[in-house]
Amino acid sequence: MSATTLEERTINTKLPTEELEAVTIRFAGDSGDGMQVTGGQFTSTSAIIGNDISTLPDFPAEIRAPAGSLPGVSGYQLNFSSRDIRTPGDEPQVLVAMNPAALKVNIKDLEPGGILVLNTDEFNDGNLKKAGYAANPLNDGSLSGYRVFQIPITSLTLKALENSSMPFKQQERCKNFYALGLMYWLYDRPMEPTLKWIDEKFGAKPEVAEANTMALRAGYNYADTMELFTTHYHVGKAQIKPGKYRNITGNEATAIGFITASQLAGRPIFYGSYPITPASDVLHELSKHKNFGVKTFQAEDEIAAIGAAIGAAFAGHIGLTGTSGPGVALKSEAIGLAVMTELPLIVIDVQRGGPSTGLPTKTEQADLLQAMFGRNSESPVGIVAPATPADCFRMAIEAVRLATKYMAPVFFLSDGYLGNGSEPWEIPSLDSLPEMKIKLRTEADGFFPYLRDEKTLARPWAVPGTPGLEHRIGGLEKQNITGNVNYEPDNHDFMVRLRAEKIQRMQQDVPPLEVFGKPEGKVLVLGWGSTYGSITTAVEQMQEKGKAVSSAHLRYLNPFPSNLGEVLKRFKTVIVPELNLGQLCMLIRAKFLVDAVSLSQVKGKPFKVSTLVNKIQEYL
Amino acid sequence: MSENGHTTNGAVKLTRKDFQTDQEVRWCPGCGDYSILAQVQKVMPELGIPKEKIVFISGIGCSSRFPYYMNTYGFHTIHGRAPAFATGVKAANPDLQVWVITGDGDALSIGGNHFIHSLRRNVDLKIILFNNRIYGLTKGQYSPTSELGKRNKSAPMGTIDYPINPLSLAFAAEATFVGRSMDVDPKHLAMMIERLAAHKGSGFLEVYQNCNIFNDGAFKSFNEREVKEDRMLQLEHGKPLIFGKNKDKGIRLNGVTPEIATIGENGITVDEILVHNENAHEPNLPYILGRMQFPEYPVPMGVFRAIERPTYEQMLAGQISAAVEAKGAGSLEKLINSGETWVIN
Repeated sequence: MSATTLEERTINTKLPTEELEAVTIRFAGDSGDGMQVTGGQFTSTSAIIGNDISTLPDFPAEIRAPAGSLPGVSGYQLNFSSRDIRTPGDEPQVLVAMNPAALKVNIKDLEPGGILVLNTDEFNDGNLKKAGYAANPLNDGSLSGYRVFQIPITSLTLKALENSSMPFKQQERCKNFYALGLMYWLYDRPMEPTLKWIDEKFGAKPEVAEANTMALRAGYNYADTMELFTTHYHVGKAQIKPGKYRNITGNEATAIGFITASQLAGRPIFYGSYPITPASDVLHELSKHKNFGVKTFQAEDEIAAIGAAIGAAFAGHIGLTGTSGPGVALKSEAIGLAVMTELPLIVIDVQRGGPSTGLPTKTEQADLLQAMFGRNSESPVGIVAPATPADCFRMAIEAVRLATKYMAPVFFLSDGYLGNGSEPWEIPSLDSLPEMKIKLRTEADGFFPYLRDEKTLARPWAVPGTPGLEHRIGGLEKQNITGNVNYEPDNHDFMVRLRAEKIQRMQQDVPPLEVFGKPEGKVLVLGWGSTYGSITTAVEQMQEKGKAVSSAHLRYLNPFPSNLGEVLKRFKTVIVPELNLGQLCMLIRAKFLVDAVSLSQVKGKPFKVSTLVNKIQEYL
Repeated sequence: MSENGHTTNGAVKLTRKDFQTDQEVRWCPGCGDYSILAQVQKVMPELGIPKEKIVFISGIGCSSRFPYYMNTYGFHTIHGRAPAFATGVKAANPDLQVWVITGDGDALSIGGNHFIHSLRRNVDLKIILFNNRIYGLTKGQYSPTSELGKRNKSAPMGTIDYPINPLSLAFAAEATFVGRSMDVDPKHLAMMIERLAAHKGSGFLEVYQNCNIFNDGAFKSFNEREVKEDRMLQLEHGKPLIFGKNKDKGIRLNGVTPEIATIGENGITVDEILVHNENAHEPNLPYILGRMQFPEYPVPMGVFRAIERPTYEQMLAGQISAAVEAKGAGSLEKLINSGETWVIN
């Protein structure tokens, strides 16, 4: 596949161009308005022309809530920059609102004086009422604090498609491309990547491809010829590390990471899953890659999904099961069985707001303690957590490496923000990936099912089909070495401690925790998972102002890196920001007797950088 | 021949003993489970399958201790979920012969969902359900197959739950093989186990099994030596449904209701008696037979249904081959470089 390189500047215009370092745009409309596509296209194009990017799709749990209603609003925020960025931005500087409901839901986030592009066609009495507007905001003065551009996007789209053979309803649906065209002009983006995408996507339906192309061009040309905006903006190339890149969402990176791990390990993947938001995309992505020998199994329920994955692990596959928090709750008993039978199993938890059904499409980090302790009795597991969407790739490989090397279940704690969010990913060279070829036990001499490797305490992976290694495993307590059922008190005490020790020994394979900033000082901000972007950006901003603050980010949560205790002790205050009520903070306090401070938020959204800066400031 | 029973050319000559383990069998003395274990161990060597290619998977309950006593691969899993684990094993390695050992509580109560879905997918699993109509391991509560009104530990005034018919459920779930046997007829049981082993696809064998501690004599009203010929019906493919000591009673249909007819009385001839066809594509007739109960009817034993259709693991492997054929064997280099890429210099 050849990489695309495009000229950065694409248009000549008599209008002045203003240089900007970074812009945050939010596209918002009805869930049927194609806002995710619009945002996704703007993102890809920006990445291709060399900006750094970070995105936050935000869509409702309802597939098509009533058109024009507040619950039906779908949004896509992206930050594109000429600097290295790690978050999708706090407040958008630009809001494109395709209807009154989208305006109502999102206007509170737009920064004062920000650009507001409104599709005036949708501001009719019916839609205003559905959005709960008593007066029309287009003319009641309520938007006077913003730079408002009122554009009849729907009717302009229809006009542009006058000669299209498509039905009227379908023509109307091209309005997202019209809006995209406007924004491409305003931010000086080339249309080519999207035109190419339209061709590929709608190649089989030439009239749809043509209509979307016309709408995109019409929007772009309208902005150009009507001199709608007095300025247009330019965001230059970021200083990005040289290399080959692609844009990737966390869920894609997760799936590709596990396939890569399977290839490195030389064992096929079996993925058992039951559809659940926001984890289903992992199932979709894996099921596309059967030519890697990937076996995907859409089970009848969460329990069958993990049961089949454990069965496949017993039979020598890399057993994966993927879900979100409510599914993990259902899988708990089976995870305990994988602990007892010491089989390599990876449980992917793309966390979402809870408890119960909670906020299915919103992000949260509140399953850490569930992963850690959410089973009967003493049932330790390994836990890894990716820090960014692209990091899902690396941590997927790590999860497999640990699970297979130590013959134990490992949790992979992603979340909705990581799973759906995207960022440019520097495509790694295959040589840089870890060696992890797996050797199954085949030697019958001296075989016992619970014989242990001295260093890792792992038992042999002896799979059905291997002559001479016939053995039985199960959920009843085992005797060490023989694997025979054993109910003796001392044996149970020994085995409980042995299983704990085995997980602890994974620490041998966990890299030391790195500190961002000075290795000691007043404040250490300790994070895990998807808060990486916000924390690092906040800490970096404060460091630039000379503040004595450092940060560290845990990607291994059980066991912790071996130097964690020592790192914590070098700082006066440890602050732990989390999208839960302080779960990591509780573990840190319990384990290291450090008076760590919890900084928590559970709004279904990532931290804003400004929130973190303000809170951290209080401890300096 | 090596220790594990292989000759150098891979042929297998095993004996019943090869399938026994060194683990002490811990069922209650007199339990029907012993008979089933003995018949399975007897049939195994005759299948000609190397024992490393055989896997016994169970859930929880008395019957689910079974894998510990079979010197094959085995997995004693969690309550009700054995078919799910077995599906994973079979999908991962279709070369294995995978057996599921379950009970009435395990398969039909807590595991009902996995039971029906493994059957409908036609995963090549050999499921033996030990039906003793009681919970044994938890000491005597009623099960989903306990008769209405049965008095027991958890229903001292009698159960008010209508029982489920395991065969009706299996037909509804599109099982491709459905059979029934009982612990007290070892010869028939061995024959049914062989049939189940030979079937390719989701196979289900219900075995009436006596729990002599908590539900003793549950089946004796029809399966004791003196009465069984009159109260049970042996199904034979292609043969009329005839039973009775004198082989003079048969089953015929009155509309969709079965009725007992005595051959020779009122001019009734054998031509009026229903002929059993286990290969019928639609399970309507086997369904009717599966619902016949004593004392209204004789209890049918044998193979109710045996049809062929592609199995889940075959189709799964088929999709993988098709994907490899269409796209070539997976290349990591291609995978990570797919989609829109760009180069930063």
